[in-house]
Amino acid sequence: MSLAFKNLRGKPVRTAVLVILTVLLALTVFAGTLTVSSLRSGLGSLENRLGAEVMVVPYEATTKKSFENILLQGSTGYFYMDKSVYDKISKTEGIGRISEQFYLASTSSGCCSIPVQIIGIDPETDFTVQPWIKKSFDKPLGDCDIVVGNDLNAFVGDTLQFYGTDCRVAAKLEKTGTSFDTTVFTNESTIRKMIRASIDKGLNNFKDIDPEQVVSCVMIDPAEGYTADDVVNDINLHIKKVRAVRTKEMISGVSDSLSGVSRIVGILIFAVWVLGGVILLLAFTMSVNERRKEFAVLRVIGASRGRLARTVMAEALTVGVTGSLIGIGLGLLIMLPFANAVEGLLSMPYLLPDIWSIAAIACAAAAAAIVTGAAAAAVSAYRISRLDTGVILRGDN
Amino acid sequence: MLLKGEGIAREFIRVSGGSNRFTAVQDTDIELHGGQLTVLSGRSGSGKTTLLNMLSGLLPPTRGRVLLDGEDIYSLNDAKLSRLRNRKLGVVPQGQTAIHSLTVRENILLPCTLYGNADAADEEYAASLMERLDIAALASVRPAELSGGELRRMAIARAMIRHPEVIFADEPTGDLDDENTAVVFEFLRSAAGDGAAVLVVSHEAAAADYADRRLTMTKGEIAEM
Ligand SMILES: Nc1ncnc2c1ncn2[C@@H]1O[C@H](COP(=O)(O)OP(=O)(O)OP(=O)(O)O)[C@@H](O)[C@H]1O
Ligand SMILES: [Mg+2]
Repeated sequence: MSLAFKNLRGKPVRTAVLVILTVLLALTVFAGTLTVSSLRSGLGSLENRLGAEVMVVPYEATTKKSFENILLQGSTGYFYMDKSVYDKISKTEGIGRISEQFYLASTSSGCCSIPVQIIGIDPETDFTVQPWIKKSFDKPLGDCDIVVGNDLNAFVGDTLQFYGTDCRVAAKLEKTGTSFDTTVFTNESTIRKMIRASIDKGLNNFKDIDPEQVVSCVMIDPAEGYTADDVVNDINLHIKKVRAVRTKEMISGVSDSLSGVSRIVGILIFAVWVLGGVILLLAFTMSVNERRKEFAVLRVIGASRGRLARTVMAEALTVGVTGSLIGIGLGLLIMLPFANAVEGLLSMPYLLPDIWSIAAIACAAAAAAIVTGAAAAAVSAYRISRLDTGVILRGDN
Repeated sequence: MLLKGEGIAREFIRVSGGSNRFTAVQDTDIELHGGQLTVLSGRSGSGKTTLLNMLSGLLPPTRGRVLLDGEDIYSLNDAKLSRLRNRKLGVVPQGQTAIHSLTVRENILLPCTLYGNADAADEEYAASLMERLDIAALASVRPAELSGGELRRMAIARAMIRHPEVIFADEPTGDLDDENTAVVFEFLRSAAGDGAAVLVVSHEAAAADYADRRLTMTKGEIAEM
């Protein structure tokens, strides 16, 4: 067993304090970075999943924020506008791809203790949902087929009932970290049947609509040579009672809060880092200073200056490695199981990055903590290596 | 074996007080021969420890050279000089010098473990040293629990563990009773008998009985007695 290790063991309280500091350092850097990176990939995932550059919804849906809340907050809701809007939009200049969607909220159902959002798509024209459900389900959605979000407690082959319609779970989606994790997707004719049933049962706030004559949302990608702004402006100018929004604009709120959170986390990491670094610096300085005489004795019995410095550095590295391993371990224990809780807490899209990115963040955090400790100790190591043995060892001073 | 100080002197800069350049040891010639026990005495502050530190490779003299078998030890780089201290020079410093995180046994074996591992012969020698110095029962105790005299005897064993060619002891019996003082001097005497050069700083009257040679220091100047 090395002298450095014995020195650490010989002063358990001091060593524990140093290790705890390093744990805090590694934990903060790791958890903070992982949070920000999860929010980033959540936002990226949301951007991908929304899939269209422009969305057109009934005017009230934007004023009451119900549209935003469905997509960004994961709350449930629905709204409808006349189908003729779709035809008018199709005739607008600059439209590339276009498809309609239908929204409905379930009452609590077998799979889920909470109401879920149901989104109906047109398998013929859809270009936003099917490309990414393809990974789980590579066919057009048939009647009474549903595809469920990752957080829902339903599995392929299960039968779920919505408003009296039995639906077969055809696929379960990958985690997206967005409101789509609690969404059920189905095709146009199936959701029309459900909307009809919800109205008949008096469970729909829109009592007077004809499900065959409405749509909820129109998804648009502009044609070549046109920008999203062109399309949005054109629609908002010429078509009444609807509102076209740019997807980017809608999630700009999310990216704003993301940069807000990033900044706070950044400041937190910086503060803990500086504070931890300073405390470690003081702790190592004190620890080495109070052992000046012991280091002088090591010189007397034949330790070189380099050897003294290496002993101090070995103590620091032992503390650093131990502390950062514990810190990362704690971080994983906290961050992985509670990813959903964090998502709820921040009410922002939150998607853990893949395992390799997590590993990379863990390594970087560990390295940051170890390097900080080593840098703090390096000052003491240098000073102890300059030690004037002959001066220190005179009498009992 | 011969350790030789050639015109070694040491000056210190004093921050306060009249002239700020102060000579602790005047230009001194001294020779320590293998098999000889030299006792150095003198008043407090006369420069005994300063001289001993210069001879034992711990304090470079301001002037002059220290030669071990003809080799100027201060011309060596730090790693080589450290190694030489470890192998050939045993020092019992003034005051308490335990490493507190190590047991008595580990403290004594530290010169060996510093450069590799203590082998069976080292362990055996450590055991016999502890036996002779009457601290065998304390082998696995930590220094914090030891008395001043016990710590001193531990430091002596530590200085001896490598069978050094030169042994320096700075007031090694300062806090020992008469009986233990006798044990320590017998001990140093027998080390000299085995061929080592021994330099002991001591005020004990009893030291005279063991000395081959007696020196005294006054204000940095050395004289035979
Ligand atoms: N590092 C230093 N800086 C300034 N002065 C020093 C230093 N080391 C020693 N001195 C001075 O040199 C003189 C000799 O000191 P030294 O320790 O050699 O005395 P000593 O003979 O060993 O005394 P003691 O018997 O009390 O141990 C003293 O006056 C001391 O103040
Ligand atoms: Mg002295």
